[in-house]
Amino acid sequence: MKYVDEYRNKEVAENIAREIRRIQTRPWVIMEVCGGQTHSIVKHGIDYLLPEAVELVHGPGCPVCVTPLEMIDKAHAIARHRGVIFCSFGDMLRVPGSEGDLLALKSQGADVRVVYSPLDCLKIARANPDRQIVFFAVGFETTAPANAMAVWQAKREELKNFSILVSHVLVPPAIAAILQSAHNRVQGFLGPGHVCAIMGYSEYEAISARYRVPIVITGFEPLDILEGALMVVRQLENGQAEVENQYARAVRREGNRRAQDVVAEVFEIGDRKWRGIGSISRSGYKLRSEYRDLDAERIFEVKAIETKESSVCVSGQILQGIKKPHDCPVFGTLCTPQTPLGATMVSAEGACAAYYAYGRHRERNERGTGVLE
Amino acid sequence: MCLGIPGKILECFDRSGLRMAKVQFGGIVRESCLECVPEAQTGDYVVVHVGFAISKVDPEEAARTYRLLEEMGQLTELNAMAVVDEKLTMSRRSS
Repeated sequence: MKYVDEYRNKEVAENIAREIRRIQTRPWVIMEVCGGQTHSIVKHGIDYLLPEAVELVHGPGCPVCVTPLEMIDKAHAIARHRGVIFCSFGDMLRVPGSEGDLLALKSQGADVRVVYSPLDCLKIARANPDRQIVFFAVGFETTAPANAMAVWQAKREELKNFSILVSHVLVPPAIAAILQSAHNRVQGFLGPGHVCAIMGYSEYEAISARYRVPIVITGFEPLDILEGALMVVRQLENGQAEVENQYARAVRREGNRRAQDVVAEVFEIGDRKWRGIGSISRSGYKLRSEYRDLDAERIFEVKAIETKESSVCVSGQILQGIKKPHDCPVFGTLCTPQTPLGATMVSAEGACAAYYAYGRHRERNERGTGVLE
Repeated sequence: MCLGIPGKILECFDRSGLRMAKVQFGGIVRESCLECVPEAQTGDYVVVHVGFAISKVDPEEAARTYRLLEEMGQLTELNAMAVVDEKLTMSRRSS
């Protein structure tokens, strides 16, 4: 596949790793923000290819992971309503709430459907005028234009039976929260490539300057991540703290203005609670008042739900790059993708789920010097 | 997931007032909405996320980045060879 395969070239990957090794004089801690980047790193063993002195820690860029338990319970409560067709991206289906998941609800008779695109929900709404179609709008800025477009289109068509349950979060406030933490170890960032394809990266310049950290906007293929890491290490070795764009083939500084306009038309910024981290002010999207008729949280008044998180789960610290999955006493034993205890195992792109999927729970040595069982 | 995959636009069309396209990803063809990338035409590559094109792939930037990466390999090899040369020279001197 063009623009994919060439970025997986093993020889070039090794060359980049060698170049990092050549210029590096001391250890550095770099965080990749996106769950998609975490997944790519673990899948391709990029952390093994990098010199030991470059430590990659995983960030909170997994929207499913950071969706609060109360929100998942709200989604389940709405899905249980008679007459509702509850639509969601596939990765939410097995995320457990306080009691069961959407897949279990489906087997109990709830009409739960997986969609590829939010526009698919409009098709379902048009075809089922006597039913209430609700879409679980979970995501970062990348997904916001698609969700906004669906809402805008629904209003334009005067569709009366479509609404969305919003759980949108924003990356820059999360990065700032991590940098403000007393436990922060992160010295440089691989910025979120597709978030920035939409939003541009001028917001990150303010963060980079304020906290004196290099931020390199990075893609998702192995060569992207390695080149991003090289650019961060170069800056760190030279005492620089700037924003650079590694993913220039898809990202421009101003981002996608058209997409930003659609988002601004439908959404506004509000406070959001991040699972495992807590409330971060002005860190999410909510529907503007003109679109309140499409807000599922208003339409379906769901009582405040008491939720209880596992006391042994350390996903909050994993999302902030303070711990790794291996640091958790129950990783791979009590906590697995089939029986997830917390945020970073529930989603396929969470750090714990990614580590588990690629067999990391069976390792003795983290740095690849040991033998994989 | 912010999974965005680059695909090639095969044809453009309109549906319900939205500009759409048939986009090819390897062996698969899927419909994608082009509303956010109005300048994209048949033959262009776009990054698609949840059925929406979010960015047009810039082929010049892609080629430039890739050339730099490949060149780095050659440079790194030259550096490595220089180090080997130096070590050989030093060992010859000392013996």
